[in-house]
This record gives sequence, C-alpha cells and structure tokens, in this order.
Amino acid sequence: MSESTYGFQRTATGRIVLRADKVERGLLSSVARQVIDLVKPEEMPEDADPLAAALGWTEGDVGPSDDPAVARLLPNAYADEAESADFRRFTERDLRQTKVQHATTVLEEIERSGEKITVGSPESWLGTLNDARLAIGTRIQISEDNHEELAGLAEDDPRAGLFHVYDWLTFLQESLVRCLDPSLYGFTEDDAPVIDD
Amino acid sequence: MSRAAVTPEITPEIDEAVDEDVEVQRPWITIVWNDPVNLMSYVTYVFMNYFKYPRDKAEKLMRDVHYKGRAVVSSGTREEMERDVTAMHSYGLWATLQRDD
Repeated sequence: MSESTYGFQRTATGRIVLRADKVERGLLSSVARQVIDLVKPEEMPEDADPLAAALGWTEGDVGPSDDPAVARLLPNAYADEAESADFRRFTERDLRQTKVQHATTVLEEIERSGEKITVGSPESWLGTLNDARLAIGTRIQISEDNHEELAGLAEDDPRAGLFHVYDWLTFLQESLVRCLDPSLYGFTEDDAPVIDD
Repeated sequence: MSRAAVTPEITPEIDEAVDEDVEVQRPWITIVWNDPVNLMSYVTYVFMNYFKYPRDKAEKLMRDVHYKGRAVVSSGTREEMERDVTAMHSYGLWATLQRDD
C-alpha cells in the first residue's frame, strides 16, 4: 500500500486523481467486481410479462436477501414486510442496476489508467467504495466499538485480511470526500491542498 | 410530534383551479438510521448534495443519525419519500419511510 499514501488528490486544474500501483489497482478492480457479483440483477425469466420486464418489475414474492451483505446493500424501505416486498418489486432491479453501473464505471476508469487514475465520475467511486465497505463491514461484523479488536486479529484469522482491505477503502473514501468538499475537513477553497497535474 | 391541521378557510379569493388532490399536509417522512460503516463526512456530503441542505443543517442531521440513532431527513408525499429512500439506498445509507404520526 505504498503508492496511494495520499489517497485521492485534487490537482491544480481541479481534476481528482489517485496514484495506485499495480497491486492496488488489481485490488480495487477486484473489489468493484465483487460489488457487481453481489448486486447484479438476475436475468429476467423468458416467460416474464414483457411490459413488467421492460419496466424492470419483478413478479412474485421478493424479500430481503438471505445474504446479510446483500440485505445491507438493498435494505427494506418500510418497517412492514409486505409493504417492503411490494416496493422491492418495482424498484429493486433499478437499484441493483445503479450499483452495477457505478462499479462498472470504476472498473473502466481503472482499466484505462496507469499509475495515476483520473476520476471522471466521483459519484460512482463514492458509491462503489461505500458499497464495498458495507459488504465487507457486514461480513466481518464491524460495530461502533470493535475496530481495535478487528485491527488486532491474528494474521491467520480470515477476517484479518478483510479488515485491512476495509480500512484501506475507508481511507480512500475519506480522501475522496475531502477532495469533493474540502470544507467538511476544515479547509477553505483557498487552503485546500492541491498537487501538480 | 403533531402537526396543526390545515383548515382551509373558504374565501372568495381562493383560486378555483387549486387541485384538491394536492396534499397540503406532508404526511410521510424519510428516516436515516445509524450504522457502523457510513462515514460522518460522507453522510453529511450526501445530505448536502442530494437534498441540497446547507452544511449546518446537513451536519446536524448527520449528528442526529450518529448520536441519536436516527434522523428525519425529509417529508412529503409518499411518492416523494419513496424517491428519497431509493436515493439514500443508492448512496448506501440505511433509510426507511413511514407515515408521520
């Protein structure tokens, strides 16, 4: 984790860039692909109602996923299960596609870059970094007060590697929010740090 | 929390074109819930950029989410709140909608 010591950075001309070595780019791509695998919508069945299929509506019963990570990415919209299921039927497919689109954009931007990734679509990066953190955070059962415990896990604990990735993605997401709105980190437009293009 | 009922007074000035379907009251709300993953800066960023709230309001709502466990972030018609909840889910925030009662 050497190259991206600084995370995302704003340049003098207002671009947002991330310096990342080959290993880091590979890890980011892998993370984006895993987000896609988690949320990509199933193919519409061939006998689906054509209008419903065109509108992205799902027939039959739909509920939150049995996979807690997916359930966190696509949560219930209502406290009531029946109302939630009804809402999912009309909206979940679009939400899945939005998340897939963000992760696909991230993959494309990594693939067409070298050591210096230029962020063309910061909202896609924010969404994918956040979705990945939600998924990993759910897997390692992160809570408000177990960061130190997770950080101190033995290296042979399967959660240890995931926590390192989670921690790195958190650092990256913080740095991206700071680029997008330096005021949230106490900077003014005049003293926000920039690097040369 | 209750809201005063809006009692329409019948006056000759009322425009007859007023659509009776328009709900004067705003009976549905969107709630964002705390979770251990979302960053405080990111939550504030989302409130400022999606709802176009000024930074002070966005930060207050973020603090309510973080310290009180939840915050009402918007109110309006059911359709509007469904749109807001979907947007929050696309940002990865944990949100639900319900009647404001």
